[in-house]
Amino acid sequence: MSDATAGNLSQAAAEARRDDAAQTGPMLAADGRPLKQSLNRALRAQKLRALALIAPLLIFLLVTFVAPILDMLFRSVENQIVSETLPRTVIALEDWDAEDLPSEDIYAALAYDLHAAVERRIHTRLGSRLNYEETGLSSIFRRSGRGIDDVGEGYADQFIDLDPAWEEPATWIGLMADPDWIAEQAAWAATETEAREPVFQLAPGIADLLPETADAYRSFALALQAEARNPDSPTTEEPWNTVFLALYRDLSAGAEVGAVEGPEFARAEVVRLQEAAAAVASFTPVDLRATFADIDEGWAEMPIWTTIQTFSDPYTAGYFLAAVDLQLTPSGIEVVEENQRIYMLLFQRTMVLSLTIMGLCVILGYPIAYLLSNLPLRTSNMLLILVLLPFWTSLLVRTSAWKVLLQQEGVINDLLVWIGLVADDARLAMINNQVGTVVAMTHILLPFMILPLYSVMKTIPPSYMRAAKSLGATNWTAFRRVYFPQSVPGIGAGCILVFILSIGYYITPEIVGGRTGIFISNRIAFHISDSLNWGLAAALGSILLALVLVLYWLYDRIVGIDNVKLG
Amino acid sequence: MQDAFVSFDRVQKSYDGETLVVKDLNLAIGKGEFLTMLGPSGSGKTTCLMMLAGFETATHGEITLGGNPINNIPPHKRGIGMVFQNYALFPHMTVAENLAFPLEVRKIGKSDREAKVMRALDMVQMGDFGGRRPAQLSGGQQQRIALARALVFEPELVLMDEPLGALDKQLRETMQFEITNLAHRLGITVVYVTHDQTEALTMSDRVAVFDDGRIQQLDAPDVLYEQPQNSFVAQFIGENNTLEGTVAEMHEDMCVVRLDDGELIDALPVNVSEVGQRTKVSIRPERVEMNKDRLAPDAHTLKAEVVEFIYMGDIYRTRLRVAGHEDFVVKTRNAPDQRRLKPGERIEIGWLPQDCRALDA
Amino acid sequence: MTLKSLLKTGAAAMLLAPAAHAQEMADTVTFVSWGGAYQASQINAYTDPYQAANPDVTIVWDESSPEAVARMRAMFEANNVTWDLVDVVAADAIRLCDEGLAMEVDHDEILAPAPDGTPASEDFGDLIVSDCFIPQIVYSTTNGYRTDVAAWEGRTPDSVCALFDTENFPGTRTLERRPINNLEWALLCDGVAQEDIYDVLETEEGIDRAFAMLDRIKEDTLWWTSAAEAIQFMADGEAVMGSSYNGRLFSAIVEQDQPIEMLWDAQVFDLDGWVIPEGLPEDRLNRVLDFLYFGTDTQRLADQAAYISYGPARNSSAPLVGTHAELGVEMAPHMPTNPANSERVIVFNYLWWADYRDDLDARFQAWLAQ
Repeated sequence: MSDATAGNLSQAAAEARRDDAAQTGPMLAADGRPLKQSLNRALRAQKLRALALIAPLLIFLLVTFVAPILDMLFRSVENQIVSETLPRTVIALEDWDAEDLPSEDIYAALAYDLHAAVERRIHTRLGSRLNYEETGLSSIFRRSGRGIDDVGEGYADQFIDLDPAWEEPATWIGLMADPDWIAEQAAWAATETEAREPVFQLAPGIADLLPETADAYRSFALALQAEARNPDSPTTEEPWNTVFLALYRDLSAGAEVGAVEGPEFARAEVVRLQEAAAAVASFTPVDLRATFADIDEGWAEMPIWTTIQTFSDPYTAGYFLAAVDLQLTPSGIEVVEENQRIYMLLFQRTMVLSLTIMGLCVILGYPIAYLLSNLPLRTSNMLLILVLLPFWTSLLVRTSAWKVLLQQEGVINDLLVWIGLVADDARLAMINNQVGTVVAMTHILLPFMILPLYSVMKTIPPSYMRAAKSLGATNWTAFRRVYFPQSVPGIGAGCILVFILSIGYYITPEIVGGRTGIFISNRIAFHISDSLNWGLAAALGSILLALVLVLYWLYDRIVGIDNVKLG
Repeated sequence: MQDAFVSFDRVQKSYDGETLVVKDLNLAIGKGEFLTMLGPSGSGKTTCLMMLAGFETATHGEITLGGNPINNIPPHKRGIGMVFQNYALFPHMTVAENLAFPLEVRKIGKSDREAKVMRALDMVQMGDFGGRRPAQLSGGQQQRIALARALVFEPELVLMDEPLGALDKQLRETMQFEITNLAHRLGITVVYVTHDQTEALTMSDRVAVFDDGRIQQLDAPDVLYEQPQNSFVAQFIGENNTLEGTVAEMHEDMCVVRLDDGELIDALPVNVSEVGQRTKVSIRPERVEMNKDRLAPDAHTLKAEVVEFIYMGDIYRTRLRVAGHEDFVVKTRNAPDQRRLKPGERIEIGWLPQDCRALDA
Repeated sequence: MTLKSLLKTGAAAMLLAPAAHAQEMADTVTFVSWGGAYQASQINAYTDPYQAANPDVTIVWDESSPEAVARMRAMFEANNVTWDLVDVVAADAIRLCDEGLAMEVDHDEILAPAPDGTPASEDFGDLIVSDCFIPQIVYSTTNGYRTDVAAWEGRTPDSVCALFDTENFPGTRTLERRPINNLEWALLCDGVAQEDIYDVLETEEGIDRAFAMLDRIKEDTLWWTSAAEAIQFMADGEAVMGSSYNGRLFSAIVEQDQPIEMLWDAQVFDLDGWVIPEGLPEDRLNRVLDFLYFGTDTQRLADQAAYISYGPARNSSAPLVGTHAELGVEMAPHMPTNPANSERVIVFNYLWWADYRDDLDARFQAWLAQ
């Protein structure tokens, strides 16, 4: 047979080629290079050209699509705000047993952190962040912002009573600042320039001598300099009270100020420091916990401390847990209280309603697509325009139209009452509930089902149906066994499109969904623009993305992604 | 015909209610016959096939199969096998599933089904291809499968709608041979539609030449070629020289035609009966004689001038200017006694009167 | 002279220039507001007169106030702030100010004193709820009801508790789809004294009480997200009573003549005003400050009341409130601050809600969805 012969021939040719290769080793091109190398070189140029052609789109997609998605994924686990706002406290809390209120040391760390945060105005943001986990923390942080100046005030007064020079910025500069920096700063101050003051540098050795004071003073100096609108200089400002607190703590801890000597320190400052060191023992101690409790009682209670400790990691699963109605507590992961569980319900509802909408779209769209694909081109084009009509109507007009039709005082209810099918006082609720969402969204998404179906059906030649009938199949069998399987790629494409679009919809459900017809996307939108809980919004979005990918994968496994045809 | 297996009785078909695409069709096909419907596109042949298959309904007239009218029987109950132009193999089924399909819908048991499918595949030498998908087969292989599928449920009548149209020439010739062979071996009746006259002539028991919604001639291939009944058939089947003129003399078995430039030729009257009638005379290129010795002494001859000489291996093809036309073709055998003519040479040509048919104008 | 020092002195000269000469002011600025009738009233009362006096100035309006905080956060993260003056509710102003996204201002320094010389901070009084906030209006979230409900047999609601009284006042309600206001009203109608509402709401039992009250009308309520929706529900007869902003209700009742009546009882006062984004360039800031001095003076605030029924935020503006610009209706009786309307008033408790919002919102939405 001719085909068989052709097969034998080509097989023979292939064998011949193999023999050839075996005998001569690697094939060489005309210029003596291995053929493979030449080919690769030729192909590389081609690939580069292809890459250059898609580069604009690729860059566009990376910037506008991939980057935001990565950003979203990152935000859903990002939690650096706690460790960045309260760095010392977070470290100090590492060894806290969470059984009794923290020690004075931890309160001191909090005082330093909080003062710096208040100056940078980031403490309320932390408050909002922690408020997601524990109600009431927002106002504790806000109040603490106003009261932070009280912390350490008692010590400041006592130091100044001891020697009024402690009030002078110059005293502190002399003690704390690097002599080189002092010189630089003086040179900067002498010239009238818009350049910023040189960044403050601690004196060498001071951090070993007075660790807390040096740290607190440094954050005071840097905070002044970092002020966006009118930066101040540590050379002209009295330090925060928390710096005095630090100094008191360092000195009472027995800093060896007696040993201070050498050229790094001005003599007067050293003497003053030694005097202070001698005096601190007679200072009236101030109870930090009580001070904080005066600002807000919350600081003398456990929840705020356990919450800070629990959420001190720079990355957290907290948002993801919240997105599935779980919460991270000091004692582990727990299910949130029943009356606050909402996300699993909404995920489930989103899935169920989207599947319903998808199913309705198949049921309504299939016959239409079939009709369209079997009509003469001119007629089908005209009908296609009708199909596309919803695309060209503004969302609000469409939705308002549905309201006019479906609401209880609406056209359909009026009609039903007039016919007598429905009693006037028992009008049907067809909008502001799930029915409304399903109806309006099916209408909007129907074209996304019809178009791929139509384009696939258009490519199924009528001869298949004829062949099936000539082979003895009834109309129904022919449709079921021959036509329908071939239109499955269109159904697949339509379903994927409709389903994915549908689970991401939020405007329509928001307007017509009422109480029970809203989707998870509505909560995402709420957290993005209203509650500003972007981490939770990102986690919800990521879960949604993962769900879509899983469904996509399932679809690929069950139906095969090659079986999707958009046209 | 008394023992007609398929018959069309005064069948008409119109799609738009204004024009008839099939006009008064009468046709009887015998059992076991291989009948070809041949004609240019739009001649109504495919419409006839579709009416027979049941995909189109006759506007008027009756079609019977095995003596029973089938006008109102839906296609799937007619039990007619059909091979489509583009094979129409179901792409989502394997070859074996395609073949099993007609058996399944007939509720034939699984083992029986498998045996029949295997037999049908073997019949077209495709026994090893049952597990493939149609898209994995070449055009010729698909054609075989389509054929096997149309035969697997053992229909008595098989319709083929230009089944070889998509194949290259060599493959087409092989398949022509195989199809006719198979049809005769199985004793089935075949109605075959084509616009390729060679195919029609080589394969068929009888050929129905369609034009303008009518059968112009229905005859065995040799009769069709040798004795076309009208100028359409003469033109459509094989190569043909046509000269126009008026009947000058009428004899019993021959007539003399005066061509439009005044020259006289001998011809066999087919569609002419009286002097003065306009006619088209038709002469096959291989029946033109350039050697005067082989003609009757009183035969009329025509002067001709060689326009072109083409060497075609087995034959010579010479184009002549005759009676003012430049498209008069003569074919001669490549034989030792044949001279190769040169363009510009003047010769005389003639023919036996029975080879020149005076047809309708 | 080197090029570098030339540039330096040039830059220094530019910095010194504003003090020496007329201030550099940008000609195009972007104001952000709520769109609709409210923005129109701002244009009529504030910016049209301002632009008449400063014909070179172009004001671009952006109707993004509903998501102002989110948008400003995003702008600051991207370091590209395109807005110059933003109209927000007090709660958002506090949030923006807390996070350093809005600029703190000295009200007495940048705003005009009252005509009698009272400094601005005294004229606005308590309404300056944040250092960044420049109040414009007092509005209220209050209730309205249809006057043609047959089933009520002539009864008319005179208390917010009619919302929960489905026996005497059957029919569909419409309330905002968030816990704020609804929980307060629920407790108030459950017999909690007004001053105890927030204390009660801080307890688990208190929250349960509030939700139990809301349960009574859960199935009878359409939950709105935009105040216009609420009005539409009532105008269409889909709802017989419900909450909205008093200005929206005014426009439905007086301007569109709908059969709706105000129910001022237990209206919730809230504030709306301007904030300036932090870190504006000098020229744009100067233009904004120039506008604010003019646009928030006593007369301008009083003028706004001619277009919308929101109370001017300055004490000195109240006597100047006149009639509606088109209908000629006396506006004073329609102001939420009018003594007859404000017998019982709840003042929106920003600080309390800042703490409890996340939790109660989750709980409210869960309650709604189930």
